[in-house]
Amino acid sequence: MEHQPPPFFNRGPAPLVRLSFFVSLAVLLMVLDARFRYAEGVRQVVAFAAYPIQRVAMAPVDLFHGVANYFGSTAALQEENAALKTKALRAAPELLRLEALKEENNQLRRLLEAQERLPGKSVFAEILYAGRDPFSRKVVIDKGSHNGIQAGQPVIDDVGVIGQVTRVYLLMSEVTLLSDKDQAIPLQVQRNGLRAVAYGGAEGGMLDLRFMAANADIRNGDTLVTSGIDGTYPPGLPVATVARIERDAAYAFAKITLAPTAGTERYRQLLVLSGEAKAPPPAEAEQPAQKPSRSKRSRKRE
Amino acid sequence: MELQRQAQRILLPAKVSFIVLTVALALLFNLLPWRNSAGVPDLTAAVLAFWCIHQPRRVGIGVAWTLGLLLDVGNGALLGQHALGYSVLAFLALAVHRRILWFPLWQQALHLLLLLLSTQVLTLVIRIAAGAGFPGWTYFAGSFICAALWPVLSFLLLLPQRRAEMMDENRPI
Repeated sequence: MEHQPPPFFNRGPAPLVRLSFFVSLAVLLMVLDARFRYAEGVRQVVAFAAYPIQRVAMAPVDLFHGVANYFGSTAALQEENAALKTKALRAAPELLRLEALKEENNQLRRLLEAQERLPGKSVFAEILYAGRDPFSRKVVIDKGSHNGIQAGQPVIDDVGVIGQVTRVYLLMSEVTLLSDKDQAIPLQVQRNGLRAVAYGGAEGGMLDLRFMAANADIRNGDTLVTSGIDGTYPPGLPVATVARIERDAAYAFAKITLAPTAGTERYRQLLVLSGEAKAPPPAEAEQPAQKPSRSKRSRKRE
Repeated sequence: MELQRQAQRILLPAKVSFIVLTVALALLFNLLPWRNSAGVPDLTAAVLAFWCIHQPRRVGIGVAWTLGLLLDVGNGALLGQHALGYSVLAFLALAVHRRILWFPLWQQALHLLLLLLSTQVLTLVIRIAAGAGFPGWTYFAGSFICAALWPVLSFLLLLPQRRAEMMDENRPI
């Protein structure tokens, strides 16, 4: 006679078995995500499920902003309005000249039969929240693939480059800031056209300008703009200023720290650029199929 | 003394709806748009550990894993990082759940601190292995705040299960 234990004693598989099952599942996901980027489908699905929760979580902050706006004093608004009017007036002649220059530039390009640059389209976006992952520096904006955002597009605010769109969901996208450890941007010193590449990950949200010779012509306070040779960032956007230079005779390279011009802490409004810069076609790799035939020929010749 | 106090309190059975509600609220707290996320307590982890300790047959490693995956996507972190951390947290909580309730609340908080810290260290090791940098010591502050909140959390989460010590027809509570 076998006795089955009553059902309330039945507890399923042992905790250790469950743990190993779920841990291996998590490790599998992590490897797929970190090494092969295969987990984006899973991420999109879970993001769609998590979106309502995120919207609800953002509601108190939206409410706070709404109330703060409502009680924002008219004096402050008038002041801001006046300042903006002066700014617009000051910028007007520049803008008019820019139009003329653009027209002239297009004409010259046409004359040279150069590729005519398409006018850059841009999408206005707002920061929803700063990234909650303490290991990376990201912000999440309120426009996604539904609004035509694509991964890789540069993001700017009114004073300079903020970063690059790195992951796109349906209604949101993640922007990796320039100060993220894995983010790099090709730059040019505005004063003399010296090219360099800046990397994020320095202390306190600063950038590192690596691999500059110790005797390179770069000074404190120099402005660095995008060089545009990467085909991602349009050329000429201000990015950072030189904050500190340490030249040590013991090293071949100077240690240069940059302070980014733009900051995500100040404003919530951003611009996602697209279409301005055209990526150069990737260099044609030598077809491996041709190599054996060549060697055969050479062998025949031998 | 402590034993007696524990023995006097025979709790009502926990309602599944209340468990779901508290976990959802904790999740909302974690997904609030924080400006600087370094020292924010991981309330989801604390609530999860609480229910793993008090209701081990209802909340376990599977629930922990699902919650972790939701947070991974919501935070834009490495997919599976929180899932792994929470699975291990739930396992540790299940392992100590028979023992921990015999201790007074502040000693329970010390237990919880150890659990949360080990989860955070595990997450840190994973992220550094995946190529991230060290986020600074404030990263661990959340665990300490969570452990300090444990007595409050225990009181609040057990509130619906308490019954009046002296029943009275004229007084509902």
